[in-house]
Amino acid sequence: METVNPIERVLRGVAITLVILFFMFPILWIVLMSFQTNETILRMPPSVVFTPTIENYQALITGKLETSAGILEIAFMKNLFNSFFLSTASVAIGLVLGVPAAYAFARLKFKGSEDIAFTLLSFRFAPPLLVLLPLTIYFQQLGLANTYGGLIWVYQLIVLPLILWIVRGYFEDIPADVEYAYRIAGHSWGATFRKIALPLAGPGIAAAALLAFIFAWNNFVFALVLASADKQPVTVGALAFVTASGIQYGQIAAGIVLSIAPTFALALYAQRYLVEGLSLGAVKG
Amino acid sequence: MTVQLSLKAVDKFYGPISKGVHAVKNINMDIHKGEIIALLGSSGCGKTSTLRMVAGFEDTSRGTITLAGREIHRLPPVKRNVAMAFEGYSLYPTVTVRENIAFALKAARLPEAEVAAKVTEVAEMLEITDILDRYPTSISGGQQQRASLARALVRDADLHLLDEPMGQLEPQLRTLLRGRIKHYIKERGLTAILVTHDQTEANAMADRIAVMEGGVLQQFASPEEIKEAPANLFTGTFVGEPPMNVFPATVTEAGGMIHLDLQGGLDLKYPVSEFSDPVRKAMVASRQIVLGVRPYAVHRSDQGAPAQVVANQWLGDQTHIAASFAGGAIVLVEHDFADVVLGQDIRVQLKPEDLHVFDAKTGQALSHGAELA
Repeated sequence: METVNPIERVLRGVAITLVILFFMFPILWIVLMSFQTNETILRMPPSVVFTPTIENYQALITGKLETSAGILEIAFMKNLFNSFFLSTASVAIGLVLGVPAAYAFARLKFKGSEDIAFTLLSFRFAPPLLVLLPLTIYFQQLGLANTYGGLIWVYQLIVLPLILWIVRGYFEDIPADVEYAYRIAGHSWGATFRKIALPLAGPGIAAAALLAFIFAWNNFVFALVLASADKQPVTVGALAFVTASGIQYGQIAAGIVLSIAPTFALALYAQRYLVEGLSLGAVKG
Repeated sequence: MTVQLSLKAVDKFYGPISKGVHAVKNINMDIHKGEIIALLGSSGCGKTSTLRMVAGFEDTSRGTITLAGREIHRLPPVKRNVAMAFEGYSLYPTVTVRENIAFALKAARLPEAEVAAKVTEVAEMLEITDILDRYPTSISGGQQQRASLARALVRDADLHLLDEPMGQLEPQLRTLLRGRIKHYIKERGLTAILVTHDQTEANAMADRIAVMEGGVLQQFASPEEIKEAPANLFTGTFVGEPPMNVFPATVTEAGGMIHLDLQGGLDLKYPVSEFSDPVRKAMVASRQIVLGVRPYAVHRSDQGAPAQVVANQWLGDQTHIAASFAGGAIVLVEHDFADVVLGQDIRVQLKPEDLHVFDAKTGQALSHGAELA
C-alpha cells in the first residue's frame, strides 16, 4: 500500500472540503431559507443569523398560504402525493416491462434486436417540447389528458429506456454459463430468469430503479402540459408560490426541502445496497 | 456395447449456413455406455462448440445427436438429462457450495437424506468437505473448480460433460483426483466426455481420445493407437510430449537402397530390405513425404547422421536433447543423465521401424514402422 505523507493528507482533506462546500452550499442555503420569512431572506447583506420559524412548513402542510393579499389555498401535499404516486407507479411499470426486455436484449440475439433497443433509446433524443404538442392533441382525443394513467404512460418515455439500457448491461455481465448450469440442472428458462438472473442483477436493477425514480420525480414539462392542478406533481405545483403579491421564497424553499426529502432518503437507503452489490462483484475478480 | 451418445454428420455454423463461420465440420462419433472420452485439441478447434451442442447451449446447425436412444438436438437443455462441469466453474454465487452441489438433485425431487448422502460422498472424493458451507466467492479457484465438478458428478445423468475440469488444480491434487474421478465414473457406469488440452489427463482418464483441429475430427481412437498410429500429421505432432520430430523428405529407390533426401543436403540411406514391401512401395509412390519420429525413438549412434547439440535439459528422470539436424532441429529423449554439452557434434540414428511416414501433400499417414497406415 502506498504511504501518504501528512501534508498530502491535509491538502487532500482541504480539497475535498472545498468541493463539498461548493456543491452543498445551495442546498444548505435553501434549508436555511425554509426556516425564514421573506423579510429576513431578502435583507441586504444576507446573514445566517435569524430567528427560525416553521410557518413556511405549516403553510405547506395545512395548505393555507398567507399573503398580504389574503389567504391562498395551495395543494402542496396533494402535489407531493401526486409526485410520489406518479414516480412510483411509473418505475414499477417500467421495471415490469423493462427488466424482462433487458434480459431478452442481453441474452437472445435475434434479428433486429439492436435496432429495437436503439429505437427505444432514441425516445430520449427527442426534445420533450417537440413531442408534447401532438401528444396533447392525441391525449385529449383519447381521453388520457389529465389522468394518472396518461401521465404514467408518458413517463415511460423517461423511465423505460433508462431501465432497459442500464439493466441490460448488468445482465450481460452475468456469465451465461451460470445460467446454463442452472438450466442443465433441470430448470426451465423462466425459473433461471427468476432464480439466477434476477438476484444477480439485483443491485443493477435497484440502481436503475433509483435513477428512473429521480428522473421521473424531477420531470416538469410533461406534467405541466398534460396535467391540471389536481394531478400535478411538486415540480409543477411549486409554481403556485409565485403569487400576485410576490414570490414566497420561504415557502418555495420549504417546498424544495420537502420535495427532495423522499428521493434523498431513498438514495441514502439504497446506496448501502448498491455499494454492497458492487463490492460483492469486486471480491469475485 | 450399447451406443449411449451418437453424433451423426453434425455441423456448427456461427451465422447463416454457407456464410457463417464453420466451427464444427461433419462430426461423426459413437460413444458407448460407460465410456470416458477425451476431446483433445488446441483452442478454437471446435471442441467446446461440440460440447455445447450436446449440452443444448448452441443450436446444432446440421446433423443429429442421439442420447440414450432419444434424439436430443432439438430439445432444450432441461430435457436432455445431461450434466456439465463448466470451465469457468459457473457456481451460483448466492448459495453455499453444498446447495450448489445439491441443486439438480433437489430439482429432481430426491429425498433429503439421499441428497445429503450423495453430496457428502462426492465432496469426500474431491476433498471439499471443509468448504461445503461456504459461499463460492469466498473460496479459491481450485476449490470452486472442484465444487463445479462435484455439482456435475453428483448427478445421475445420461451423459456427463466435463469442460477442462482440472485446469485450476495444483499438479499433485490433479494426479490424485484424476484417478479418483475415473474410478467414480467407472464404478457408477457413467458416460463422460472430458474436454482438455492436457494430454496426460486425456491419456490417463480416457478410454478413447477424439483429436480435433479446425472443426474436423482428426482421429478417434484409444490413447495407444493415437500414439502408435497417428492418422495424420496433425495428430502425430499434436499428441506426444515432447512433440514428434518431423522432416520433409524426398524418397527415391536406387541400387537396392532407399534414399531419403532431407533438407540441408542430408541423404539417409537404408537397404531396401529394412522396409516392409508395402511400406516401401507406398513411400516410393508418394515420393514427397514427411518423416515423423518420436523423440524417445531417436538414439545416438556412431552409424547415425550428424547433428549438433543446441539444448540439453535434465528433467530429473530424463534428458531432453535438442540438436540442429537436416536444416531444422531434432529432439531426443534419453532416460539417463546425458553428458553432452552445447555445440557438441553427435550422431543420431533413425531406425525404419520407428518411422511414421506421412504424405507431404495430404498429411495423411502412409505407414507406421513396418505397417501400412
